[in-house]
Amino acid sequence: MTIDSHEEGRPLDLASFRQQLATRKGREYWRSLNELAESEEFEEAVRQEFPRQAVLLGSLNRRDFLKVLGASLALAGLTACVPQNAGKILPYAVPPEALVPGKPVFFATAMPFGGYGQGVLAKSEMGRPIKVEGNPRHPVTQGASNLFMQASILDLYDPDRAKSVTNQGQPSTWDDFVAAVGAAAGANAGAGLRILTGTVTSPSLAEQLNAILAQFPQAKWHQYDPVGRDTVRAGAALAFNQPVDVHYRFDLADVILSLDSDFLFREPGSVKYGRDFSARRQPTQSDTPLSRLYVVESSLTLTGSNADHRLGVKPSQVEGFARALAARLGIDAGGAGGEGVPGENWLDALAADLQSAGEAALVVAGERQPAAVHMLAHAINEALGAVGNTVVYTDPVELSPVDQLASLRELASDLDGGQVDLLVILGGNPVYSAPADLSFAEAMPKAGTSVYLGMYADETAALATWHVPAAHFLEMWGDIRAVDGTVSIIQPLIEPLYGGKSPQELLAALSGQGTASGYLMLREYWQANIAGGVQPTPSAGEEQPTPSADETQPAPSAGGDFETVWQQALSDGMLPNTSLAATSAPLQVNLAALPGAAAAPNESLEVVFEPDPTIWDGEFANNAWLQELPKPLTKLTWDNAALFSPQTAEGLGLQEYDLVELSLRGRSVTAAVFIQPGQPVGVVTLSLGYGRAQGGNVLAGTGFNANAIRTSEAPWFDSGLEVRKTGGTYQLVTTRDHTSMENRNLVRSATLEEFMQHPAFAQEGEGELPSLYDPVQYPGHAWGMAINLNTCIGCNACVIACQAENNIPTVGKDQVDRSREMHWLRIDRYFKGSPESPEVFFEPVPCMHCENAPCEPVCPVEATSHSAEGLNEMTYNRCVGTRYCSNNCPYKVRRFNFYKYVDDVSEPLKALRNPDVSVRSRGVMEKCTYCVQRITAARVQAEVEGRTIQDGEIRTACQQACPTNAIVFGDINDANSQVRQLKETPLNYALLGELGTRPRTTYLAKVKNPNPAMVEQA
Amino acid sequence: METTKEVPVLEPGHSYVSVTEKISEIPLAKVRRMPLAWFAGFGVAFALVMLFLFAVTNLFIRGVGLFGINIPVGWGFDIINFVWWIGIGHAGTLISAILLLFRQDWRTSINRFAEAMTLFAVANAAMFPILHLGRPWLFFYLMPYPNKMGLWPQFRSPLVWDVFAITTYMTVSFLFWYMGLVPDLATMRDKAGNIWLKRLYGILSLGWRGSARHWHHYQSVYLLMAALATPLVISVHSIVGMDFAYGLIPGWHSTIFPPYFVAGAVFSGFAMVLTLLIPLRKLYKLEDFITQRHLDNMAKVMLGMGLIVAYGYIMENFAGWYSADPFEIFNTVDRYIGAYAPLYWGLIFCNVVAAQLLWFRRVRNNNLILFVISILINVGMWLERFIIISQSLSKDFIPSSWHLYVPTVWDISVFIGTIGLFLALIFLFLRVFPAISIFEMRELVHKLKHHGPDGKSPGPSAAD
Repeated sequence: MTIDSHEEGRPLDLASFRQQLATRKGREYWRSLNELAESEEFEEAVRQEFPRQAVLLGSLNRRDFLKVLGASLALAGLTACVPQNAGKILPYAVPPEALVPGKPVFFATAMPFGGYGQGVLAKSEMGRPIKVEGNPRHPVTQGASNLFMQASILDLYDPDRAKSVTNQGQPSTWDDFVAAVGAAAGANAGAGLRILTGTVTSPSLAEQLNAILAQFPQAKWHQYDPVGRDTVRAGAALAFNQPVDVHYRFDLADVILSLDSDFLFREPGSVKYGRDFSARRQPTQSDTPLSRLYVVESSLTLTGSNADHRLGVKPSQVEGFARALAARLGIDAGGAGGEGVPGENWLDALAADLQSAGEAALVVAGERQPAAVHMLAHAINEALGAVGNTVVYTDPVELSPVDQLASLRELASDLDGGQVDLLVILGGNPVYSAPADLSFAEAMPKAGTSVYLGMYADETAALATWHVPAAHFLEMWGDIRAVDGTVSIIQPLIEPLYGGKSPQELLAALSGQGTASGYLMLREYWQANIAGGVQPTPSAGEEQPTPSADETQPAPSAGGDFETVWQQALSDGMLPNTSLAATSAPLQVNLAALPGAAAAPNESLEVVFEPDPTIWDGEFANNAWLQELPKPLTKLTWDNAALFSPQTAEGLGLQEYDLVELSLRGRSVTAAVFIQPGQPVGVVTLSLGYGRAQGGNVLAGTGFNANAIRTSEAPWFDSGLEVRKTGGTYQLVTTRDHTSMENRNLVRSATLEEFMQHPAFAQEGEGELPSLYDPVQYPGHAWGMAINLNTCIGCNACVIACQAENNIPTVGKDQVDRSREMHWLRIDRYFKGSPESPEVFFEPVPCMHCENAPCEPVCPVEATSHSAEGLNEMTYNRCVGTRYCSNNCPYKVRRFNFYKYVDDVSEPLKALRNPDVSVRSRGVMEKCTYCVQRITAARVQAEVEGRTIQDGEIRTACQQACPTNAIVFGDINDANSQVRQLKETPLNYALLGELGTRPRTTYLAKVKNPNPAMVEQA
Repeated sequence: METTKEVPVLEPGHSYVSVTEKISEIPLAKVRRMPLAWFAGFGVAFALVMLFLFAVTNLFIRGVGLFGINIPVGWGFDIINFVWWIGIGHAGTLISAILLLFRQDWRTSINRFAEAMTLFAVANAAMFPILHLGRPWLFFYLMPYPNKMGLWPQFRSPLVWDVFAITTYMTVSFLFWYMGLVPDLATMRDKAGNIWLKRLYGILSLGWRGSARHWHHYQSVYLLMAALATPLVISVHSIVGMDFAYGLIPGWHSTIFPPYFVAGAVFSGFAMVLTLLIPLRKLYKLEDFITQRHLDNMAKVMLGMGLIVAYGYIMENFAGWYSADPFEIFNTVDRYIGAYAPLYWGLIFCNVVAAQLLWFRRVRNNNLILFVISILINVGMWLERFIIISQSLSKDFIPSSWHLYVPTVWDISVFIGTIGLFLALIFLFLRVFPAISIFEMRELVHKLKHHGPDGKSPGPSAAD
């Protein structure tokens, strides 16, 4: 069923694009390919006038919509099946400490993500966790967050979570499980015992695993993460002959080269990297000169979008580029002269720029690239003198770094050989996520007994003998190390909703400890390992990547008893001073001896796999917030797609939404075609995490399974991809526009040089418009917002933060297709330049809170009105839903409840809601409120304390989440406020200011820092 | 002008009795003597009413999401239909009030019908502001009613002006129509054979006995009501026009809207009267009363209004260009070549090109062509509202928000359903009330008899 007007089915015409670009006047931004060929698109739309009518009756069932809305209607009843502790309800005689009804309590904890801990601060309202923020004291997150942290709260309450222990699919109990598995584990000294985990950085879990391995010497521990860092490990091992972790200091880097690294999104430290990177993208701060980012990448990524110079290449060509660059920098890299390397014209200017930056240069190799590229990056950094400045080496944070693919391969062959009696899988859903060539789904049932600890009844749970519901991180005790080594404490905010267990508790059962308390285990572990003050440092130099004894060395007591340290750790969410110290790691290899890269033939299509920009590796596939979140670059929702460059698609005769069969090494998967500007020619990108078969109602029927053609030999890219049209089409849904920017001055940008010459370029032709009326005075506070386009990296964290804070519902694919998504804050994405290598701009658009708001006078019932502090307020109770306000809003930031989108049926979701924000029902208009509930809370607090509200005291949800401080909110009447100072910079401009709306939200124009030498060259 | 003078407003040979008989026999006919076409027409209309009720029930249960509206395009068929029906509802008052004040004889045999049509069209129109609400059960928030919280509607909003304009217009139209009916209801009472019919018409005729006093009062009140109703013809659609002129969306933000909407309304109202009357006079053999002269005159009014509307289109395009505002220019160009261009050119064809045929007498005298043109104008005016409302909204300032509006089956059901409701009411009206004013026709007979045919007579004032 199509209910949209996507202009589809038009063959690409690159010549016309180019002609359009050549003849374009004025502002040259464009948003999608269709707009580049305006006239054709219009004709197409004409031909397809009322394309929906034929299938209108199909909209009657709105299956996808209902899937989201009432996803769990059937399952909701099951919640009643979980036996609850019988107990009496009594009022508190002595209320729990710090519990004031209506006042939130914050707990510092950590979210495990890809094996690393992200320090978070979870907000609890009357015992219900409702929001996750970054922990300001945590050295990695520093109060910022990413979309996964923000969305994790929805997983906690997901009605689709597994709710009971099952044995062969039949409901069972934890006690039965403990009895059964405790007996099975010890058989044969553990000869048939295999434990599969993700990347482990938890000291207590590692100790437990090691204890089990000691107890059952024949047992084996395997690790596998679908988005693993094998290449990084291997690269370091190659370069230094020892496991080393590499950390980057983007705040110290003047010139950055990314070799296919999406460090703003994909690295475990991306939140910190984003913050550091943005600190050097502030053109108005003269003390911090702008850094310059070069990106060579094989897919358009967030990092590439933020580059000053971006080069799209085939993934196999990156190594050649790195070798050629190394050669230019005087490193003997195996005789590579840079002949036939794409981006040859870059090399001289880039090498010169890197060299002049010296120790402030930084070369980052991506996880997608093989070890050789990492090694080359290490060598270049070493040669430039960056090591110790922008590059820092530490001992590995992982407690047992192994080659995870090899580890999984070994497990699969053991399973195949029937050597496994008891397989214990601690999360990760390997049946779905294992590379196709390992045939894990066929191998796993060959284990005598298999145990799966997972949050959902997913593909792995279906094959497992025992499925134990996993605890969400907000339900369990644990510890985990952050990417810098900081030991972060995971503490629960709520009893497990469905009796979920932590990995530690499951392992305790395995080792015969029965039902051990996760809390006591953790406490005992740390009591034994620290005595006030801690400096756990894993010993370096593990030659053999085999499971080894826990390396954590207790440090001598720094004074104070354990209880004090422990309480402080719980309060801070981490153990102090546990980040890893820099080590020196001398380069130990001869680059010249490296074998040359086997370059793939140029004509061959290459495929790139990447973690999905919204649902990662499938871990968040059942998270409706993330599913509905428009992916930052494609703006796709609810699906992934095979991304083709316009030129490649044209060459293959493909059109958008065609279904194609992608064949690689004898395996194939069917996927829909999406044409992505900036995608390198000859490269097809397919993101992971979609095409799931089981695991919830939200993920059902979304996307295409990249793992079906992903192999353990080439987990990130491969050549020899064959594409065959199946003849079918598939309705992909995006939130992008359909036609051109029409030369509208919506995103303003300049190069650094232009900015130096015309600092006020963004304000050209703007000024106060004449008015017949006296300006309205705002004598008290006057709230305003400044959005810095220089630092916005387009990461989407703000969108999800807003959704979590403001009880924003999801609407489903069908409704997104009808342009009815509810996000109060959207991120507009613009392209500039050619479709092959466009520049990308992001522009977050919340409500502008216009002083002359066009929405206000048109509302017949005065449901939207202006506050004395300049907020444009919605009174939901009064709204009758004429939609006149939205029609008259030039920014189109108002969102309407066309149906009853809120799911008030699913019991668990009721606990998710922020009690400070009304839940909107059907027929009501809503929009960004500047988080008025936070303003009110601060006002109350200030009045209680008899003071005025301080600058920075109120932070909107989007601002708080933003890893790059791109959003600043505050009082524009306060001359010293940060927002006022930003608005006084010459970069400040109002979106559509010429309409006289006097928006309170303004933007700081983007200043790019291209290399003048390369600009001239171009 | 020669022709129109030659064709009388009433075919010769009619007496008071023949006029009364001919008109009153339509509602008083025995069921078995009713034309089959009535049953067929009413049957179809009734089925559409059922469709309407089904669609509206579903709409109330599930929400306005059933419609094809989305975030840039918050208004679709709902408001298009509203404006369209309101426009159609303009002919009645214009014919009965303004032409009465101008003492146009030819209004006599069509005013009753036109007024009834107006009433039904406005009733249809008045439903849409409620149907389009997200929370229709709270429609009374738009009324200024006293309440404990001291909340009033937002008097700055044109939608509130709409509420006042429409309720006033509906009330006045109803009173005017009903007042005109009173003497005829008395005639019906006197002619009805069935005792229950006698009682029904008796109650409705409010004790009319036809005394000189009655007539004296009646005539003065009728004239006053006409004077009262006249400004409403201008005000209602002006205010509807302001709904859009008040907005800042390119394509809406235009000062020409109020007069241009009024002309369009009269244009479509006359078209609808013609659409209905041409088959009707055939069906009930009323060619003697509704003569070619009437059709000709109405066609001329349509032509005049059509020219004003065409001028409006020209000025809209000119203003789009003259504003030098990129958003306005884009919107204007988008109408020419954008996704909705076929609809735009369709409306130009229907409202501007097709209407030019009315310059020709032969076209005006050919009922088939006139009927086709009147339908085209109805379609064209509907398309005009579509372009103004939905096309303007679909592509406004920030391209990232652009989205086309495509109606769903529910949009169409409600639209067709209201047409069914309108026709069903028309058929019921024909069955229950005299469709032509009997007493005014008798007056006309008198005038023609004693003062000669139109044009050569001393004039109505001399007759009094």
